[in-house]
Amino acid sequence: MVALEQQSEQPAIRVSGLRTQFGRQIVHDDLDLEVRRGEVIGIVGGSGTGKSVLLRTIIGLNPHTAGRIELLGQDMDAADDAAQLRVKSHTGVLFQDGALFSSLTVAENIQVPLAEHVTMPASLMFEIAEVKISMVGLPPDAANKYPSELSGGMRKRAGLARALALDPEILFLDEPTAGLDPIGAHDFDTLIGDLQRTLGLTVVMITHDLDSLYAICDRVAVLLDKRVKVGTIDSLSSEPDPWIRDYFHGPRARAAQHGSTTHQQPE
Amino acid sequence: MAALNDDSIDDAHCRFTAAQDGARWTLTLAGDWTTATVGSIDAGLRTAAPAPGTTEALVDLAAITGFDTAGAWLVYRTLKGLKAGGLETATAGVRPAQQTLLATVASNDVPIPEPPEPANPFVALAERTGRATVDAAIEGRDLVSFLGHSVIAIARAIAQPRRIRFISLFHHIERAGLNAMPIVGLISFLIGIVMTFQSADQLEKFGASIFTVNIVGQGVLREMGVLLTAIMLAGRSGSAFTAQIGTMKVREEVDAMQTIGLDPMDVLVLPRLMALIIALPLLTFFANLMGLLGGALMATISLDISLIQFIRQLNTAVTLWTFWVGIIKAPVFGFVIALVGCYEGLRVTGSAESVGRLTTRSVVESIFLVIVLDAMFSIFFSIIGI
Repeated sequence: MVALEQQSEQPAIRVSGLRTQFGRQIVHDDLDLEVRRGEVIGIVGGSGTGKSVLLRTIIGLNPHTAGRIELLGQDMDAADDAAQLRVKSHTGVLFQDGALFSSLTVAENIQVPLAEHVTMPASLMFEIAEVKISMVGLPPDAANKYPSELSGGMRKRAGLARALALDPEILFLDEPTAGLDPIGAHDFDTLIGDLQRTLGLTVVMITHDLDSLYAICDRVAVLLDKRVKVGTIDSLSSEPDPWIRDYFHGPRARAAQHGSTTHQQPE
Repeated sequence: MAALNDDSIDDAHCRFTAAQDGARWTLTLAGDWTTATVGSIDAGLRTAAPAPGTTEALVDLAAITGFDTAGAWLVYRTLKGLKAGGLETATAGVRPAQQTLLATVASNDVPIPEPPEPANPFVALAERTGRATVDAAIEGRDLVSFLGHSVIAIARAIAQPRRIRFISLFHHIERAGLNAMPIVGLISFLIGIVMTFQSADQLEKFGASIFTVNIVGQGVLREMGVLLTAIMLAGRSGSAFTAQIGTMKVREEVDAMQTIGLDPMDVLVLPRLMALIIALPLLTFFANLMGLLGGALMATISLDISLIQFIRQLNTAVTLWTFWVGIIKAPVFGFVIALVGCYEGLRVTGSAESVGRLTTRSVVESIFLVIVLDAMFSIFFSIIGI
């Protein structure tokens, strides 16, 4: 959390003029997005609007044709390999099904980023893995299991533990609650919220889950017409756009809003 | 007490100093205590201990600049160790955020149970051998059971030809047969050349070069043509069958089929079985031709045996049965390759990884079975005398 702390007035992520396309199909055009440090931002949008593409582009898995992406103040296109690696060690990504390495146990999975980025004794690495496993709410005996022996919810938790291994500043989550039962989803939301507050994380999450939005997101970025519209849930609720109106005023949204009466927006 | 760590570099450098003051031991931490930095002081911190007779320990965090869970873990572990040694512990200079992290780490100090001890290597070897033997036996039994199901499916299809899915059948004949022609033809042609060259080299010493034609004719028609084609098809189509059916298994398409009332045996297995039963003899015929052509070409070039001479000699060297011996084997090989390919495909469960594993297994198994069957055919033909 340190090397880049000096520029802490800078936003965690700044995307400007982004354009991504597959062949002739343009997914994003002139897209601007700014994520502040320490906030939780939810990316929503209809199917096929390019939510996952946006996330993958920001973390550098997907090439963009125009625009500029800055992570922690570092322009990722201009950065050399060493600088890119440094930024990578300050970001963690949780993929949809955890994306754990299937040939390694959970504890070994969590130690992979540590072994790659940090010099530390093996015993300490193991102790840190222990703490992370417990932090994400996995039982201790899950540590020596292989991903194929875990349930979907446990794989997500293990994936989260691996994403948190280096105590990143930015955490990217791709549909963290998809495929979980409502109780599991609620627990996972609570977990992410708790970790975010404790570790001071900046969280970018793609979600379809309205409960997650109301429960933990400070702001929401709606993907519409190849761009994003960013705002708090309250400010977006008054948008005239029909998709946004349907999204935030549909029966499911009302139910979710009702369920999160205790949550207050920080702004 | 002396500083345990080199602290001369800069403010961010992770370091600690220990000081003994009578019965009181003070540990002053400074710099960044983060995942990236704590690795260097871990060993030193583990060995740092107060002098005997110390009753009180104070850990001072005021000079810490950066702090995360790794740093918090070290502080917590140190405090825990001191407490376990019967000392009164206290902390100083802890900021609220650091306090939160310390509390988080403290509540998550849950040791992982030791992984089970690996067994004695000799016992493990014996266990693996036993397991592999039993697995092979089970697999053999299941394959025979699948063979029975397939034969029933074929019998049903012959009784009611409407059950045959002709579009799928022709699709697979095209993919496994027609599309394989270039590669099968090329390989047979090259093997024809190689066989001619090798046998001519030896026979020339006896002045019997013309008998090269006999060797090539017999060799290609009886064995090489059909064997090479079968091996090519096992690699090309047997593996494809396993991968296709396996992927469908992973995506639950096979389950969906069953709930709709479609029998995977009819829909997936039967067209593939029949396709290879039909395609392999045809391909073998083509491979035979190309092999002989390669032989003839090499004979013309290196042995001065003209094409006419080659054909005349071939006519005396082979009988119609020589040709049939090769061709008769082809549908059997085709059946076995498709059988193994489909069987392994249907055995795929859950993960994409098992598709890869079973595809490899399918190829190895079908080539093995083809060669075993070929040997059995050889014995059979020699007994009946053709």
